[in-house]
Amino acid sequence: MNVVVCLKQVPGTTDVKIDPQTNNLIRSGIPNIINPFDTYALEEGVRIKDRCGGKVTVTSMGPPQAEQMLREAISLGADEAVLLSDREFAGADTWATAYTLAVAIKKLGQFDIVICGRQTLDGDTGQVGPELAEMLDIPLVAYVSKIEELTAQRIQARRMIDEGHEVIESPLPVVITVTKEINVPRLPSLRGIARSQSAVIPVWNTQQLGADPSKVGLTGSFTKVVKIFFPQRVCQAEVFEGELEAQVDRLLDRLKSAGLI
Amino acid sequence: MGIRIDLDKCTGCGACISSCPFGLLEIKDDKALVKEGCTLCGACQSPCAFEAIIIEAPAKTAAADAGHRGVWVFVEQRDGKVKNVAYELLAEGRKLADSLKTEVGAVCFGHGIDGASLIAHGADKVYLVDSPDFVSNPEDLCTTQFVNLVRQYKPEIVLAGATPLGRAFIPRVAAILKTGLTADCTGLDIDLEKRLLLQTRPTFGGNIMATIICQSGRPQMSTVRPRVFKKGVPDKTRQGQIIKVDFDKARITSRTKLLSFVEDVSERVKLDEADIIVSGGRGLGKPENFALLKELAGVLGAALGSSRPPVDEGWIPYSHQVGQTGKTVCPKLYIACGISGSVQHLAGMQTSEIIVAINDDPNAPIFEVATYGIVGDLFKVVPMLIDKLKNR
Repeated sequence: MNVVVCLKQVPGTTDVKIDPQTNNLIRSGIPNIINPFDTYALEEGVRIKDRCGGKVTVTSMGPPQAEQMLREAISLGADEAVLLSDREFAGADTWATAYTLAVAIKKLGQFDIVICGRQTLDGDTGQVGPELAEMLDIPLVAYVSKIEELTAQRIQARRMIDEGHEVIESPLPVVITVTKEINVPRLPSLRGIARSQSAVIPVWNTQQLGADPSKVGLTGSFTKVVKIFFPQRVCQAEVFEGELEAQVDRLLDRLKSAGLI
Repeated sequence: MGIRIDLDKCTGCGACISSCPFGLLEIKDDKALVKEGCTLCGACQSPCAFEAIIIEAPAKTAAADAGHRGVWVFVEQRDGKVKNVAYELLAEGRKLADSLKTEVGAVCFGHGIDGASLIAHGADKVYLVDSPDFVSNPEDLCTTQFVNLVRQYKPEIVLAGATPLGRAFIPRVAAILKTGLTADCTGLDIDLEKRLLLQTRPTFGGNIMATIICQSGRPQMSTVRPRVFKKGVPDKTRQGQIIKVDFDKARITSRTKLLSFVEDVSERVKLDEADIIVSGGRGLGKPENFALLKELAGVLGAALGSSRPPVDEGWIPYSHQVGQTGKTVCPKLYIACGISGSVQHLAGMQTSEIIVAINDDPNAPIFEVATYGIVGDLFKVVPMLIDKLKNR
């Protein structure tokens, strides 16, 4: 079973704070991490390899420093890694990103399953996986929380929908996007760490990929950011004062006059 | 192409440094320097008073809107019942179409759908595929059918709910049509001069708002979370046209197959539809303390929500999570207990009509979006609330 896992390096934004004076992001000391949702994708890929044999290749489109993340992926069980990096890739929207990944995956050779996290922490769109499936012209099963069965030809996967969950069967090759319910990612092994340090990670640019330069990066993007701004928040809360019980009474009065209780 | 600093204009003032969401700007030799990894997002341009930061994009091919007219809404249904998000989008689509002086088209795949209710909610035309094959929303079929309809009728804008279905198949439609798609928009507007859809969405967990356009591909496509826009009041006297579209089973096939469906009854928390939500955060301290909130929710007839930390800790299932990576809610009353109010959480609940914050930290950001606040120990406040509500 040949598994390809797509990863993205993101700033660990969960703890980002806004400077109340300047309204800017306080970024100091925030390390780059593997997009948390992608860690479940990687773990599932490695588990498939453990069960069925084969190999796990990780790939990422990103700046040169994303190589560090790919090394980390090797320490977590990936066999091979390829970094897609080129200044021309900057400013890519989800369409151009999916295109670049699709070209790379085809270049990697025969594959059975492509696994992506359900969305990224920074862009948060969840679009790249589905767009990638279309560009590879293969089926998609999104929001997978469990692989029920996997054979050389088919996959049966449980996936989340609004009302509950469904079990979907698809032929291989397939793209799946996974939720965090699917597994608990492992920690790096000592052997993995050793391998990751010596691994050779090729870097492919537009030319080496054989990608169409008009379809990558900002040039290949249909969407464009025209304005960036910080949401303004002004504290308008009526914060009650006095004895706690009196505060609770006043709150209940307000809710009563609003017709809520 | 790329970003560059005009060294003649740059004064090295450093105003741009903190604007970079990626922290890639620095001052070197009294001039701004962009480090490797820039995504050309443009956040640094407006803080620069000297217009020294230049982002060069290649001239795009001429606007591709020739012949594309109309605002379309994908109407999601399940088992013949239209989802609320579709009505919300019809109301918003109506506004956009009115300012563009064009029509609203509602596209619905299902069986036994009441097309007239879509007209009452703002559609001028309803493109209806009525087939039992669509009751459980097979994504392969939805994708192909939607692409075919867009190619035939050429709308300029497509709106869809950012539900698990919309988020899974709408990107595939955009990929095939070679056009842009913006996820989770919270604001939509029209640039009339250029006839462009201005799509505003939170990014970086709601830390930054970005306005995005789709300049070359058509249609311009957006997904919108449920409860972001308000449903309109249906007007039964509105006139519209229902266009029945044939489903060509022989030509449109599905590669994937639905084997089984299990409804989540136990975990069905109906956060989307609740009028009142009682929500707990890290301040609860331990899983057992959710019982206290359950009691309050019971007294109020409310649904139970949670911020992310309790879910990550395994205190309560994911289906209760409100926020950027959980559900977006907009109840009449949202009571946040022991929730500090991270931007991610606020992004999922700040449009609630009345927000009550109960937290012992007076500086917690939750108070910035609250209507009423009690600074105090939730383990004293909540029992008091329960007691007084019971004895009313």
